[in-house]
Amino acid sequence: MFRLEAVLYKNILSIELLTLPGNKITCIVGESGSGKTTLLRLLNKMISPDSGEISYQNIPLSIIPAIELRRKVVMLQQFPVIFPGSVGDNLLVGLKFAEKPPVSSERLSEILSFVHLRKDLDSPAEKLSGGEKQRLALGRILLLEPEVMLLDEPSAGLDEETEQLVVNSLVVYTKQNQKTLLMVTHAKQVARDYAEQIIEISNGKIVSQQEVHSHAGGD
Amino acid sequence: MQEVIKLQLWQLISAYLFILLLLGIVRMRGIPREKEIALATFRMTIQLVFTGYLLVYLFANSHPLLTVAATAIMLVFAINNIIKRIKIPLSRKIKKVIALSMTAGTLASLLYFLFVVVALSPWYEPRYFIPIAGMIIGNSMTGITLGVSRLAEGMHNQKEMVEGALILGATPKMAAKPLVDCAFDAAIIPTINAMVGMGIVFLPGMMTGQILAGVSPLTAIEYQIAIMLGIVGSVALTVIIFMELGYKTYFNKEQQLEI
Repeated sequence: MFRLEAVLYKNILSIELLTLPGNKITCIVGESGSGKTTLLRLLNKMISPDSGEISYQNIPLSIIPAIELRRKVVMLQQFPVIFPGSVGDNLLVGLKFAEKPPVSSERLSEILSFVHLRKDLDSPAEKLSGGEKQRLALGRILLLEPEVMLLDEPSAGLDEETEQLVVNSLVVYTKQNQKTLLMVTHAKQVARDYAEQIIEISNGKIVSQQEVHSHAGGD
Repeated sequence: MQEVIKLQLWQLISAYLFILLLLGIVRMRGIPREKEIALATFRMTIQLVFTGYLLVYLFANSHPLLTVAATAIMLVFAINNIIKRIKIPLSRKIKKVIALSMTAGTLASLLYFLFVVVALSPWYEPRYFIPIAGMIIGNSMTGITLGVSRLAEGMHNQKEMVEGALILGATPKMAAKPLVDCAFDAAIIPTINAMVGMGIVFLPGMMTGQILAGVSPLTAIEYQIAIMLGIVGSVALTVIIFMELGYKTYFNKEQQLEI
């Protein structure tokens, strides 16, 4: 799905060769500041490498228009932006930005329960807690039905029980819809339980990439 | 027509005494703006004395090149002033956009105003051309300064929101839209307020000037209405051109935010 060759980004990341498979769940682990977020941002062209080449489905990113790519390869930031307005507005804004048609309120409510967020669609989004905002933003990108989801610590603000529920839903969704999921996580347990592949980054370099037996279904 | 009261030197000096009084109050209250007020008063005096003599010369030696040169100089000063007044660092690209929008916006409005509305003859008549150019350029300068600083502030303070939109697949235009709208409001609202308050809250400078010079208030308001429409048009046009091009300077060709 992705191939990175001789990629350099400032003094933050240096990757000789990395291939990321499609239709799989990959977890990226490593201490903070090791370059995990930078890797995700490179993959959806929020930043471009200083040298080297990244390709997506065998097409170099340099020739894929950035907006087109970002609509297929969607990233969830660690501290996602919540736009002014209600919970419903925040779910719909992603579709608006991606120039996709809006969906029904039923679909929005369905997404909210999928990410285990029990809030009314018209409740103000700014009043949500950090973890709730994260789940709202996760719901927002699920609505976009992207080919690839790049999630930066999607469960960082959640308690263990909710984390388990949310990650489980995500894994089920990814498998059922044959999506590709790349997830940065500091929770080793999450990586061990759900990943089909684990990549470890340290000081901007890939130190290990290992296949893990499939846990399809997330149990 | 009534005789104009010419100010004597002592009358002008008494106007400066008024500022000295103000400076005394400012000092007493410990407001740290004494230097700015004094400097601004000084600058204003020198500039106006210079302009007074310059205009006398220009009016006496009416020539198309002189009129064009005077307008070009005003424009260059205005552009320079805008760039100097913005506290946030501006890129080369945005400075070019400021220069372009000021030049295109004010010249289009000025030419329309002088040749269609006033039907000036000869076209370079400095007594009309220069003061009207001054009003249009000056007001557009104020408007665009507000717009540029609001946009630049927005891009710096709300960088996350813009990036948050881009990351969801928004085009730079969509991502910057709330900031652009807000900057447009900031730029145009003072001019709209000036129109709304005109004649009731305050008497505009040009009209007051004409009335003081003995012109009938009815002629003065005709000019004032026309010039006000010219000003609104020019401010809006200048700011629209700036907004259309200005936000783009914050993004590179890969639609990444560059701050």
